[in-house]
Amino acid sequence: MIETFFNTGIIAAAWPILLQGLLTTAGLSLLVVPLGVIGGAVLAMLSTVRHPWLRWPLIAWVDFFRAFPPLVLLIFLYAGLPFAGLELGAFGCVAIGFFLNTGAYYGEILRAGIESVPAGQIEAARSTGLSRLQTMGYVVLPQAVRNVLPDLVSNTLEVVKLTSIASVVALPELLYQARQAQSVTYNPTPIVAAAIIYFLMLWPVVRLLSRLENRAIAGRH
Amino acid sequence: MSGWDRFADTFLNTAVMAKYLPNIIDGFILTVVLAVLVVVTGIAAGLALAVVRAFGVRPLNWLIIFTVDLFRALPPLVVIVLLYFGLPSAGFSPSAFGTTWASLSLVLMAFSEEIFWAGIIAVPRGQWEASRSTGLTFWQTLSAVVLPQAIRLTVPPLTNRTIAITKGTALGSVIGLSEILSQASSAVSFSFNPSPLMLGAAAYLVLFLPVVVFGRWIETQFAWKR
Repeated sequence: MIETFFNTGIIAAAWPILLQGLLTTAGLSLLVVPLGVIGGAVLAMLSTVRHPWLRWPLIAWVDFFRAFPPLVLLIFLYAGLPFAGLELGAFGCVAIGFFLNTGAYYGEILRAGIESVPAGQIEAARSTGLSRLQTMGYVVLPQAVRNVLPDLVSNTLEVVKLTSIASVVALPELLYQARQAQSVTYNPTPIVAAAIIYFLMLWPVVRLLSRLENRAIAGRH
Repeated sequence: MSGWDRFADTFLNTAVMAKYLPNIIDGFILTVVLAVLVVVTGIAAGLALAVVRAFGVRPLNWLIIFTVDLFRALPPLVVIVLLYFGLPSAGFSPSAFGTTWASLSLVLMAFSEEIFWAGIIAVPRGQWEASRSTGLTFWQTLSAVVLPQAIRLTVPPLTNRTIAITKGTALGSVIGLSEILSQASSAVSFSFNPSPLMLGAAAYLVLFLPVVVFGRWIETQFAWKR
């Protein structure tokens, strides 16, 4: 059993490519998380403009990308767009797909955060002479982010986990490399190793999240 | 041919769509069945774990917490690939359907346990003590006093999480489960035309857009009192 699922020889042989995969996963996360946050921040700030012509398209945009499974969006970009003469490559498709999908999620979270800051504070800040942008940057956003911190961390964890779908379009991240090693060695050890790497990397975040969530609930009483 | 005609001929080709519509419908039905099964087993298992955790047996709780952490930390696609390509080496070859069902259920179990547990501990201690002192047993307190309140608190987060995990049925395409995405992709490679993908995308919107809108409504109905 150990020979099959935890073959040390195979781990040693597969280690360099797993490590490469891990680095790609880390790099990819460092790219797509900020992309999603920026997209979300734009959506959230636009939603503070209470104009029906802006409000409904925004809700439609967010719901559209929340309803679309991210893998479907990715395949659509990767396998569909070339027919329109648009070849974005695996990396470009992943970046755009994540921007659209996770931006919608971050947008909803940040919107809830902004709405949790009492309107009186915004009026007070504006009446002391701060501009709209200053009010947003110095008064609203710091509190908004604090109020929805558990949701932000939780979504970021989901985004990092989601980078594993990039393996489907042959981007050489951790899962892809593990599957390559598995198909060469005919042994599931590399996938087990990849799962352990994911777990060790993300477990601290899960623990932190449990703590943040419990504190948020305790704060409600 | 104008630009629009060429676009329509490529992406909205009615002949290709008509040909592959039955396949997409098959995929749609499979996706719905799988999604319903995942929701039922995942939430039931999560609730069961949360109830067991409420009994406060230390070693058992550590095991529950570890299992929950494990399936919150692992990407669902990794779980699917691990079970599908790993289990045959242990002498058991699960079907693509069974693998996807089990994997997504485990993930939903982990998330829903965490949410139910948060709901249970959100019910003030005093209520436990009061119910117990009126003569209710531990089990009666849990099922008649605590859970009804806990579950009400958990509806909005649970709805959103369930939607997110149910969308993971598309991951089954990676191991050859013939759900919507997989049907659409193979139709694209057979016809060399992307119209089936448009059809597949439409199928996903038909399936999940109402659910997302319903989730939004649930959120306003059961909003946490801040």
